[in-house]
Formats: sequence, C-alpha cells, structure tokens
Amino acid sequence: MYPARFRYEAPRTLDEALDLLRTYGDEAKVLAGGQSLIPMVKLRFAAPEMLVDINNIPGLGYHRETAAGVLEVGALCRHVDLEYSDILAERRPLMASAAPMIADPIVRNRGTLVGSLCHADPQGDWASVMLALDAEVVAASATGRRVIPMAEFVTGPFTTTLLPGELAVEARVPAPEGTPFGRYLKLERRVGDFATVGVAVAVDLSGGKVVRAGIALTGVGGNNIKAVAAEQALVGGELDAAAVEEAARLAAAAARPRTDHRGSADYKRHVVRTFVTRALESSVPVAA
Amino acid sequence: MEKLVNKRRVTVTVNGEERVVEVEPRVLLAHLLRQGLGLTGTHIGCDTTNCGACTVLVDGRPTKSCTMLAVQTDGHEVRTVEGMAQASELHPIQEGFKEEHGLQCGYCTPGMMMSAMALLERNPDPTEEEIRWALSGNLCRCTGYQNIVKAVLWAAKKMQPAVTA
Repeated sequence: MYPARFRYEAPRTLDEALDLLRTYGDEAKVLAGGQSLIPMVKLRFAAPEMLVDINNIPGLGYHRETAAGVLEVGALCRHVDLEYSDILAERRPLMASAAPMIADPIVRNRGTLVGSLCHADPQGDWASVMLALDAEVVAASATGRRVIPMAEFVTGPFTTTLLPGELAVEARVPAPEGTPFGRYLKLERRVGDFATVGVAVAVDLSGGKVVRAGIALTGVGGNNIKAVAAEQALVGGELDAAAVEEAARLAAAAARPRTDHRGSADYKRHVVRTFVTRALESSVPVAA
Repeated sequence: MEKLVNKRRVTVTVNGEERVVEVEPRVLLAHLLRQGLGLTGTHIGCDTTNCGACTVLVDGRPTKSCTMLAVQTDGHEVRTVEGMAQASELHPIQEGFKEEHGLQCGYCTPGMMMSAMALLERNPDPTEEEIRWALSGNLCRCTGYQNIVKAVLWAAKKMQPAVTA
C-alpha cells in the first residue's frame, strides 16, 4: 500500500523542525519512530500534507536522570533503549516491566515512548505507565516551551492537547518519593497485539507506608484511565491484603470497558481487578 | 496529477553496495528494495506492521521495511536476505533452516532469518527462550515455529568459533 502523496522534510536541527511546524500548522505531522503513523498514512486514516521527520535531529535519543532524580526521555528514545536500560532496571520498576511488552521486538527498534504518547491510542501502553507515574510532556514550539501534565495531555482517542506548531520533545517522570515498586501487566492475544486489558501500578514506600501510589488502565475506556480513587485508597497506609483488595475493587469500578472481539465488558473489568491485585502483590512487599 | 513529484535523492548502502536512487517520499523501504532494486527476497506480508515478513536490518537492527520510508534510509546501511550467502556458500543461518526444516511455505523465512541474524550478532550463544523472544515479532502462518527455533540453534552452534585444544 502506498500512502497518499505528502511533502517530506527531514530537518537537521530542532529549530528548523519547529519552523516547519509553525509554517504548516495542523497540516503537518511529526514522524518519529513511525510505527503508528506510517500504518495510518498507508491505510489512509491520516493524510498529512507535510511529514516532518525528526530522526535526523541529533540529541533527542536520550533518557537520563537529573541530579534531582527526574527521569527525562527524549523524543527519539526508542522502546528498545528503555527495554535494555540500566536506569530503568535499577530505579524505575514499572517502566522497566512495561518496555518489553510494547508491541513486538521489531517495532520496539524504531518506535518511541514520546511518539506513543502523542499518538494517544486508547490501547497504548505507555500512556497508562506515564499516568500512573504522574509524568509530564514537554512541548516545544517556535515561540517557547510548556509542560503538560500527562493527566491533561490526552483528551480523547488519538487526541492530545498539543497545539498545531508544537513538538513533544520530552517526557518527564518525577523522582520517586520513597523506594519505588511497580509492574505493568498486559493481557494480549499474541505478541504485538493491542492490550485486551493493561494495568500499570506504581507504589513508593517509605517507612513501611505508601507515600505515593499510581494506578492506570489500558484498553478499558475511550482513553487510558487514571484510577484516582484506587490510588488514594493506598496512600498513607501500609500495603496489606485489605488495602490491595480495596484498591483493586476501586480500579475495576473506574474501568469503562466495552464488549468487543477481545472480550466482554464484564470480563475485562474482572481482569482489571485481578491484575491490580496481582501487580501489587507480585511487585510490592505486602505487609502481613 | 498537478501535485509536485518531489523526488528525493537517496544514498543507501544495500548489502554492502552503495546505491543512489531517486524516490518519492511516500515510497516505502519494502517498495524500494523489491521494485526499485529488484531485491524480491524481502516479502511483504500483512502490510500493516503486524507480521514481520518484510524485516530487514537497518544499521544492524531488525526493521519492518513496510513501516519505514525509503527516504529515511539516506546515509544508512540496509541488509536483506540477498546479502546473507557469500558467493555460492550459504550463510549458516540459511543452512540451519535447510537442515532443520525451518520453513514450510517459505513466506516468513527471509524476515525470520534477518531477525535471527541480528540476534546472533548480538548474542552468539542464545538459549531457546532468547530465540523465541527475538523472533516474537515474526509470524509464521504455517506455525512452523519449533523447527525455526531449532534452525537458529543449529546456526548458532555452527557459527561458534572452533574450540582448539
């Protein structure tokens, strides 16, 4: 399949890219890993006038921790970089467990975390992980930069609050507030399929108490869902069996699944409950 | 068509040989290889980024050539199944697929072998589990996975440096 014709530019600097995006506005799409965008233009679900390929811009492939412990992920950091990251393996357990579950190994060689957030597929895995971790997206334009909290970034299926002319240059994950625990669980029919249900769980413990909790859900609503009530139920207490059960119940209540070829709504809600329980019990030391 | 034919000049190294081609930006790498360069060993399967049949190595990394624009390979190195055999000598991975009956209809085979190639370059002595993981983006609709895994194990063994006493 050939995409419809488009103009193509591959700028060598970020400033050039931002100039192009300012000129073309909402007729332009940014091409990073292309693992969602290229299929979309081939199937002609999208027909952008201009593709701005950012792959030739040096210095966007990083992921690093600042002195304050904030994790910064550049726009060209590929899933595979995160899959084999020592930083993630040592200090970001939720992200480390999610990275190998993104799509399949070939897609992970090119696809990017930031691109996945911008694509805003309601079945995308990273958006749940980023919601659970209270991450932010840094948007750059020819006139400046702004920081958008993940909870305000996605407004609907395939829709974000990025403005025409803006380029998401970085995702930022705040420093853990205690010892971080967490895990991503995903039910998929086969490797590379979209999640039937995905659950991201992150808990920071300090002095035996939960000081921060993040729970977000994939594939059970029009967007990725941040299960705020479930998170709040965990904060401040010990993580014991009763707390786990209550968080799982509240997370399942927050899900808005629909019956489709991957399963019934009831089934998916049940999987949310099971996965929240399982993710907490398997990744966090649960108090007796 | 009144629309611009904005062809781009692309210099890409394919199987060790530098090629200069002119392509429209919407041409996919799989098209360039098959139609532009006549390298029809790279198969297009699902054409929707699912099956991995079109896998080639771009700068050594398995890449779905139906999901990358040909213009994006400017200045990069691409390897396809045609680059595996040297003269009349099969590559050990190809030999492994032959010896272990690692193919039935053969459609997924080039992509499987390119993924296997990248794996063995990174990890010359993989476990069976590591092979399955590395090939999990390549689908075989004959479901001949067992022998494909055996073929890669065979190749890994063959490619081990000879142990000298």
